[in-house]
Amino acid sequence: MRIHWFHLMPYQDLPEDFSSRYHSVWVDVPSDLFDPANAHRYYNEYLDELEFADQTGFDGICVNEHHQNAYGLMPSPNLMAAALARRTSNAALVVMGNSLALYNPPIRVAEEFAMLDCLSGGRLVAGFPVGTSQDTTYGYGQTPVTLREKYDEAHRLVIQAWTRPEVFHFNGKYTQLRYVNIWPRPLQKPHPPVWIPGSGSLETWQWVAERDYVYCYLSYSGYKRGQRVLDGYWEVCDKLGVDRNPYRAGFLQLVVVADTDAEAEREYLPHIRYFYDKCLHVYPAFADAPGYRSIASLQSGLVTGGAVGRPAEVRASMTWKEFVEEGYLVAGSPATVRDQMKDLIKDLNVGHLMVLMQIGNMPKEKTLRSTELFAQEVLPHLRSMWPEWEDRWYPRPVTAVAG
Amino acid sequence: MPSSAVAKTETVWLRNRMFRIQVWEKGSGRPLLFLHGGSGLQEWPSWLDPFAERFRVIAPQHPGFGESTGLEHLDDFVDLALYYLDFIEELGLDRPDIIGQSFGGNIAAEIAAVGTRHVGKLVLVAPTGLWSDDEPAADWFVMGREEYLRAVWYDPEAALAKGWASEPQDREERARQNLERAQRGAAEGKFLWPIPDKGLKKRIHRIKAPTLLVWGVSDGLVPPSYGRLFQQSIAGSRLVMIPEAGHRPMIEQPEAFREAVLAFLQN
Repeated sequence: MRIHWFHLMPYQDLPEDFSSRYHSVWVDVPSDLFDPANAHRYYNEYLDELEFADQTGFDGICVNEHHQNAYGLMPSPNLMAAALARRTSNAALVVMGNSLALYNPPIRVAEEFAMLDCLSGGRLVAGFPVGTSQDTTYGYGQTPVTLREKYDEAHRLVIQAWTRPEVFHFNGKYTQLRYVNIWPRPLQKPHPPVWIPGSGSLETWQWVAERDYVYCYLSYSGYKRGQRVLDGYWEVCDKLGVDRNPYRAGFLQLVVVADTDAEAEREYLPHIRYFYDKCLHVYPAFADAPGYRSIASLQSGLVTGGAVGRPAEVRASMTWKEFVEEGYLVAGSPATVRDQMKDLIKDLNVGHLMVLMQIGNMPKEKTLRSTELFAQEVLPHLRSMWPEWEDRWYPRPVTAVAG
Repeated sequence: MPSSAVAKTETVWLRNRMFRIQVWEKGSGRPLLFLHGGSGLQEWPSWLDPFAERFRVIAPQHPGFGESTGLEHLDDFVDLALYYLDFIEELGLDRPDIIGQSFGGNIAAEIAAVGTRHVGKLVLVAPTGLWSDDEPAADWFVMGREEYLRAVWYDPEAALAKGWASEPQDREERARQNLERAQRGAAEGKFLWPIPDKGLKKRIHRIKAPTLLVWGVSDGLVPPSYGRLFQQSIAGSRLVMIPEAGHRPMIEQPEAFREAVLAFLQN
């Protein structure tokens, strides 16, 4: 079992009445709500938190890519991964990831990931999300109905750039290059493990299983809803004759730990609310450009704008009990959390669990406390799960560079 | 060619079966092509009936709309223009007149620019295709339902009364309509995303077809000022502004629309 520590790097100072005054936290969230002095503080605190996760034994530390929003301040996750590479030594650097269609030309991704892999001594996990509609079609102007085709072509180019030894030309529909020959190339062979974050599109399951990658379901509607998506993924694997090795799957879960269940509610509920009420306050049309989802995915009912389960108005009035019972949040004392984690890991058949422990406007001291409790009291009890399976999708780093 | 009392649908295959196209047809006489906008053409529009009394009206659904296939083979407006020149040739149409509305008007202008000798007269109803930084066209892809209704119609209440914007009560029907709307948006968006300024300005000078521009005074999607832009860009063109009409003047003011357009076509 591998547990990874995920950061979104949210902006913590949205006004109290944000959701009623503004229609979206993403795309056109007003720039006068942003104070760069706060970002200076947050970026450094967040990097401290990720380094703490490395020190306390998490298997990976995760950063991701989003644009033009107060939900997550990492338009370039590679900058964060580079900042972490030299100050961490154990955890995998899980970049979740580079939205391939947004890089022109896509070999930029091949090059920067190769740099990160060399710099970190082979600790990179290469994540390739298609990207949210907000990010890709609205923030970056990508034509919705051709986005996946463009992403697919970019992916082929990146893999070729990593693996073809000769100088080659690439005559694609979206990218034409006469001489592809990237320097550096990644340390890991044939290339870093590839994980694909998805939010429920049916096509992604097939695509991932065919390529022997890891499918990571990243959403905020918790493990009870996540079950349906991962069930769909495992069914596709069955159809393709691919084994149900749990290390083929990743899942993101919000987790908070305190000394007691009651203390967890007292300490963390305001931050959970900030996250669900403000960070996820996305204008629905931005999350669902026409053509972004295939008709088949829309018909499946598994994808909704923003993938957040219950509609916003309903979530605003949810109680702590409901957040926990519906699986949005795993929360409580270490014993409570331990049991819930074991169940969800088994039910979802997941081998790469990503925990989100800095949530919304949760301050650093709370985040570190919750993380420490998890690392000391929960993590050791989960490590030994899935002994019968081999994890073929985790970095194989070289030993530390001397002196 | 016998005239028919009811519009018929037919299937047309193009380019070695690369495209399978659904076409509405009614009337006889000189060919008049109608190119629909982003709201599609699921039914024969009754406002075309008076035109079908005088012309052979042919109204195809663009690739990607309804049951028409082949969208994956078209990437931009030049592809669309060449595709429609193939269509015109396949049907053996001799210099058809073309009415195009909104996205369809954009296509019509491109056909006339690329294939100058293959079209007769041109009627552009609130076409997309030109752009003014000072007065951007609206982004209808992000509008909520209320906002969209107010932008499209001069009188949203009247449009609602005519059933143009009703939300079906049946949940399954609503879901089906949502899917259909997503499909249409995907197809239109393929050519217009993210800003509907896709090169017509480089080609519009080529249009030689006598051209009538028609605009609703209260168009909240493509600004009425764009009527002037088009009129200045197409030599000899004339602009007719229709009061108490929004983005679909042929529906909100069918008499005024018919009068202006028939007079132009039959002149």
